[in-house]
Amino acid sequence: MMSKALTAYIEGIGLIGRGLPDWTIAREVLAGRMPYELQPAVVPAPQLLPPAERRRCGNIVKLTLAVSSEAVAMAQADASTLPSVFTSSHGDAENCHAICDQLATDDKLISPTRFHNSVHNAASGYWSIATRAMAPASVLCGFDASFGAGLLEAMTQVAVDGTRCLLMAIDTEGPELIKDIRPKDGLLGIALVLSPQPRPQSVARIDIGLTHEAADRFTDAVLEQLRLNIASARGLPLLRQVALGQSGRVVLDYLDGTHIAAEVTPC
Amino acid sequence: MKPLHLSHFTATSCLGRGLEATLQALRERKSGLKPCDFDIVDLPTYIGEVSGLEEVQLAPALKVYDCRNNRLAQLALEQDGFADAVRTAVAKYGTERVGVFVGTSTSGILQTELAYRRRDSSSGELPHDFDYDRTQNTFSVADFTRHFFGIQGPAVAISSACSSSAKVFASARRMMEAGLIDAAVVGGVDSLCLTTLYGFNSLGLCSPQACRPFDARRDGISIGEAGAFALLEWPQGELPKDAVLLAGIGESSDAYHMSSPHPEGLGARMAMEQALGSAGLRPQDIDYINLHGTATPSNDAAEGKAVLDLFGSHTPCSSTKGLTGHTLGAAGAIEAVVSALALQHGLMPAGANTQTLDPAISLDYLLDNRKVPVRYVLSNSFGFGGTNCSLVFGRAA
Repeated sequence: MMSKALTAYIEGIGLIGRGLPDWTIAREVLAGRMPYELQPAVVPAPQLLPPAERRRCGNIVKLTLAVSSEAVAMAQADASTLPSVFTSSHGDAENCHAICDQLATDDKLISPTRFHNSVHNAASGYWSIATRAMAPASVLCGFDASFGAGLLEAMTQVAVDGTRCLLMAIDTEGPELIKDIRPKDGLLGIALVLSPQPRPQSVARIDIGLTHEAADRFTDAVLEQLRLNIASARGLPLLRQVALGQSGRVVLDYLDGTHIAAEVTPC
Repeated sequence: MKPLHLSHFTATSCLGRGLEATLQALRERKSGLKPCDFDIVDLPTYIGEVSGLEEVQLAPALKVYDCRNNRLAQLALEQDGFADAVRTAVAKYGTERVGVFVGTSTSGILQTELAYRRRDSSSGELPHDFDYDRTQNTFSVADFTRHFFGIQGPAVAISSACSSSAKVFASARRMMEAGLIDAAVVGGVDSLCLTTLYGFNSLGLCSPQACRPFDARRDGISIGEAGAFALLEWPQGELPKDAVLLAGIGESSDAYHMSSPHPEGLGARMAMEQALGSAGLRPQDIDYINLHGTATPSNDAAEGKAVLDLFGSHTPCSSTKGLTGHTLGAAGAIEAVVSALALQHGLMPAGANTQTLDPAISLDYLLDNRKVPVRYVLSNSFGFGGTNCSLVFGRAA
């Protein structure tokens, strides 16, 4: 390890992706106790939002609210007091596509809703409004390194500021027109509630630091494809280690040449 | 918090390239705003454009990052010997011990807007020379900066709308305090594009004239572009008296509305209080406040209430957006540099364009520059989605 470790306790986990409908089932799939079936991801309507907002918000908002609600409920945390870190490889790229599409025509008068949904922090903003959370919200992008960037930011909040923190790593599909965009297939969202101290609901202690070691890969080809195709799925090896319920060390993909090592110890 | 030293800093905006041009514009109260003539935009509004970006050539190895935003990033990095200072720091601490934190709201989206105009007329495909991830993606400007210096430490783009490049200081400070890095390149870069011009227009927030923060007849923002950076290090040895320190940070969320501030400025007040608390200062210790002051009716009213509640009506304050325009994701960084110049030169810069102060907001809003010693400055940055960040900067002595 090339840097000293940062410590936190995972108290809550939320997860939605293809074949991973929630943490309860995903835990079994990732640990190899249940087969991985590629069912399309279902994102529930955001009950936290009033009906008008529910209709207007994009998939990225719905996914953010769904996985975050799951993690906060498991942690028995009060969402209104939780600082948050939102990270996404490209935000709402469908919305961005619609804006650029219209700006290429003679009628450039884009809709105000499209515009305010275009900010990278739109989903984070909706979360804070829905939960009345006035705590700080960090909003990040690291393209393929987005999960690692979010994890580092959340861990430094826990370690330095001594606060609990909600990490939201959220990626939804972009327009087919833009070939480089992630995810290449499906969407995936991970939410973690991290705490500086162990509590009865803690599921695992994690100690993380930077490393040059190669990132862990899934032996399951389909899971490995998911990990490579979706930036937030780069965090799945960490969740697999938690799901196994055993102490172990995983290396997560981050920037080229710089990765994140995590020691996982069940509570 | 333990203060951090802004060992080097620089800014490039419509006021000019580098600190000297910026300081001169502040001294002369010379606004860089002009009627909008950007690209094919047809809107009755004003902009703050950085001239000469068309001629900027990216370093050969970084050509794949070529777009207006990364050109602005490189142009800004090359002023005031900033790039050399970063290279010295990288050599001193090691490539892995320096981090990169860049705020932006729209990154290189203009590149995508232009690509969409060049779609194949039969297949609808985008042109093959369009590189989404290295130009438009929000991370692009941070990735460009990282490669520009060969930095291998943590790197991230922070994109919480108009507070983005204030919040870079908060994230960098946590990473340094946690011991993951020894120094940080922090900054903000945002460039003109159709998305923000037509977007703010759709919300009715663009002024038809050069913006007038805190004026009784203020009617919206003028969008600008800028790149501003600082190198953060732990204070070493005895610093010169005019060394600039980051002394306090406050962050909060409005949790109120996506595109309107909390009417009472509650989130703004929380951020300012926390910034003072983390600096160990009282409101009366702040000599000058660089306001967010966008010149929309609602922002200035809400921010004015929050400042009045916390500081009373006697702390000199101004918004410098009448000079630079609202540079969105770069606003926090450029106003950090304005704060640093205020400290070093004993200059409280007046706002530009403002004629008649709003009688409903009783602050000591500066309509003329004041030449007085300045020990502590508070700088506010608030964004869409209700993300607030206040920073306190101070002189070493």
